[in-house]
Amino acid sequence: MDFEFSAEQQQLKEQARRYLADKCPTTAVRAILEGSEPFDRALWQGLGEMGFLGAAIPEEYGGLGLGYLELCVIAEELGRALAPVPVSSSIFLVAEILKAAGSEEQKQKWLPKLASGEVIGTLASVEATGSVRPSNVALAAKSGTLTGAKSPVLDGDIADIAIVLARHAPGKDAQGLSLYLVDLNQSGIERTVLDTIDPSRSQAKITFNGAAAELVGAAGDGWRLYEEALDRAAILTGFEQIGGADKALEMGRDYALQRFAFGRAIGSFQAIKHMLADMYVSATLARSNGYFGAYALSTGSADLAEAAATMRVSSTKAFQHCAKNNIQVHGGMGFTWAMDCHLYYRRSNLLAVSLGGLNEWEDKLIDRLRAKNAA
Amino acid sequence: MNFDDTPHEAAFRAEARAWIDANAPKHLLPHLEKAGFGGIELGGLDPMKEAKAWQKKKYDAGWACLHWPKEYGGRGASPIERVIWNQEEGPYAALSGSFIIGHGMCGPTVMDWGPEEAKRELLPRLAAGEDIWCQLFSEPAGGSDLAGLRTKAERDGDDWVINGQKIWTSGAHYSQWGILITRTDPDVPKHKGLTMFFLRMDTPGVRIVPIKQANGQSGFNEVYFDNVRLPDTQRLGGVGEGWKVSLTTLMNERLSIGSGMSAGFPDIFEFCKELELADGTLAINDRGVRSKLAEWACRQSGLKYTGMRAISALSRGENPGPENSIGKLVAGSSLQEIAMFALDLQGQAGAVSDPKLAAMAAKFQAQLLRSPATRVEGGTDEILRNIIGERVLGLPDDMRADKGIAFNKIPTA
Ligand SMILES: Cc1cc2nc3c(=O)[nH]c(=O)nc-3n(C[C@H](O)[C@H](O)[C@H](O)COP(=O)(O)OP(=O)(O)OC[C@H]3O[C@@H](n4cnc5c(N)ncnc54)[C@H](O)[C@@H]3O)c2cc1C
Ligand SMILES: Cc1cc2nc3c(=O)[nH]c(=O)nc-3n(C[C@H](O)[C@H](O)[C@H](O)COP(=O)(O)OP(=O)(O)OC[C@H]3O[C@@H](n4cnc5c(N)ncnc54)[C@H](O)[C@@H]3O)c2cc1C
Repeated sequence: MDFEFSAEQQQLKEQARRYLADKCPTTAVRAILEGSEPFDRALWQGLGEMGFLGAAIPEEYGGLGLGYLELCVIAEELGRALAPVPVSSSIFLVAEILKAAGSEEQKQKWLPKLASGEVIGTLASVEATGSVRPSNVALAAKSGTLTGAKSPVLDGDIADIAIVLARHAPGKDAQGLSLYLVDLNQSGIERTVLDTIDPSRSQAKITFNGAAAELVGAAGDGWRLYEEALDRAAILTGFEQIGGADKALEMGRDYALQRFAFGRAIGSFQAIKHMLADMYVSATLARSNGYFGAYALSTGSADLAEAAATMRVSSTKAFQHCAKNNIQVHGGMGFTWAMDCHLYYRRSNLLAVSLGGLNEWEDKLIDRLRAKNAA
Repeated sequence: MNFDDTPHEAAFRAEARAWIDANAPKHLLPHLEKAGFGGIELGGLDPMKEAKAWQKKKYDAGWACLHWPKEYGGRGASPIERVIWNQEEGPYAALSGSFIIGHGMCGPTVMDWGPEEAKRELLPRLAAGEDIWCQLFSEPAGGSDLAGLRTKAERDGDDWVINGQKIWTSGAHYSQWGILITRTDPDVPKHKGLTMFFLRMDTPGVRIVPIKQANGQSGFNEVYFDNVRLPDTQRLGGVGEGWKVSLTTLMNERLSIGSGMSAGFPDIFEFCKELELADGTLAINDRGVRSKLAEWACRQSGLKYTGMRAISALSRGENPGPENSIGKLVAGSSLQEIAMFALDLQGQAGAVSDPKLAAMAAKFQAQLLRSPATRVEGGTDEILRNIIGERVLGLPDDMRADKGIAFNKIPTA
């Protein structure tokens, strides 16, 4: 047994950290947050060239053919840097779904381009406020075309392809749902960019007006594939969250060391010391749950579903907790646009809902624990 | 104890209600009821103009700052009558956000410490909404540690010359007047060398620079003082008495922003009545959701009644005390928790902040981005807890690194 990442994996992590420190300082995140560019194109291209995007894509499909553990350490660094690029949509979701359920032809066609960053993919599932569930997926698939709308779609404005959860058979049940791959650069597609709480990651409404689409996986298998994809993405996104939580904690600690009030460093006040200690505790619990999640993901273990839900709940809470209290440690400074605290706060709250809210994952976690217990 | 109106109070309530019914800007009501965080939107109308119009109307009819003495623009009403008025004014009070600092903090300070002539001239204008006031307290080196402030005031004949910088001054950019705390003697322990003033914000040498907030708005400012000259008649309280004077402001701040604060329950309750959860039940029928709603409901009503008890203390002639720190302490974190919970229930759509698309006109998204400030402005959560611990419960102070030392000898790094 070994409960740590290997020396090579640590090295990869260091490499990713150095690369991002250079190419993605928070000024780069702000440029996207404040400007009209929807994502950092140069960084995106660089991540492709470095092989980071294709880390867990097999060599035969243009990736590096490393494993999930490698992708996890990269995800953590992306989260720490708040990288304003569509990795979670394109790699954690779309590439993963294609790897799991795509036809040989689909894999050949898309995975190399996803690995290089030439093509951006996204997953389009949401149609209503609240949880995504079979009964509120209405977007209709009929003879190879899709009609309806999805909103919000993370990275929906910049994606070249989408995997769409759509209904091929009328009704409200899961059996009527399938996944479809759609080339978004076609005339049957309309997109509107949306205002969101974290403009450093763009989102859009996508309307499908009889857009041409092809099945991914078997017809009727859409819901299962979707849920399994969410589990894997929850672990990878969880590493982004851990990276963000750690950075927010460090920012708070550093400020507490340097800011003086009442003739003392504010970190010497127990209220601040304990606040930071509590942030450390939640970040550490999330990280440890994350390591187990990474292991389950990399081995395809039977515990994957449980590990994913555990990590999702714990890393979501940890990042939110650290990001909001980082603002608190900074006092008035924390509420300025000029300080970076709000970038982390925004991202923590975006990631908290991006794969469905906490309440959904809490439900999944307890259901899964009960199922395992009964087995 | 009596939670119901006495006959006199009932008559007062009826009078207030009738006047509001006849005079309130009813066309604004739909907007005001939706009013959430970070300012109000009045369908294209200028909020400041509408706010001033409503304030002036109240003033002319004797309903502005009604607990103030008549000669200063009030109606000499009792604290209880003020509560009744607030209850009756309801959503229209949302118009008055930019007056809170003036009416709640600056006015009472000037009333207690200002020269009589200034009081008669300025307080009625403040009550009428003709002037807006701001609070020039916090500095880069003096927030929680307000008495660590460095802005200098030096005597020059009958005048004072002010140099330095304030920060986080809410509304400085639209205020006509401000109350200002300065250091007049750096060689004595820090609380002893302070003196307060009031001044016009267009006094030569005052420069106002807006600060962009984390939520994208610009409600607060940096204010620079470059050889600003004030006559001694604009002093509040004695030279070196500034700390005592500022406590009048701070105590009133706790009362005016703390006691009326909503913990945010009504909005989340409304929202949960409409939203369906994954299993198809309404959120409000879900046990887990209920447990949270119940907690917030109790905080909401606990704050409401605590606020009323504070008013009863006032009507017994007591000063607003440290126990009023509870209001903002509870409300601030509740607002943040509620916003996060609402987004969580909205799922992926929770990230959308466009009021035309998001649930409840994106109220919770705005609340998410504004609520961190509530936990800081007017005393951070930690300072409020220290106040409760030390001033209410009688626990000893933190060991102080700045006690009894001349201000200019206190460690700063
Ligand atoms: C079930 C149990 C088993 C134990 N077993 C052992 C054992 O096997 N061997 C042994 O040697 N001891 C043992 N202890 C003793 C234990 O280590 C002490 O009780 C503990 O360290 C607290 O010390 P105290 O009782 O003197 O309380 P105090 O130190 O007086 O603490 C009282 C309160 O003040 C708080 N406090 C004190 N100092 C600070 C500070 N600097 N900052 C913030 N808060 C502070 C404490 O957290 C506590 O809430 C045991 C205690 C318990 C309850
Ligand atoms: C939206 C907004 C509006 C504001 N409007 C005004 C205004 O109109 N006028 C005005 O004068 N000011 C205003 N302020 C300033 C506000 O009062 C200060 O920001 C606040 O008092 C905190 O001071 P600070 O920002 O210097 O933080 P600091 O005092 O540096 O605090 C940093 C952290 O240290 C903690 N800390 C500090 N001292 C202690 C201690 N002794 N024990 C434990 N923890 C401690 C704090 O709780 C905080 O977490 C406003 C602030 C905001 C956010």
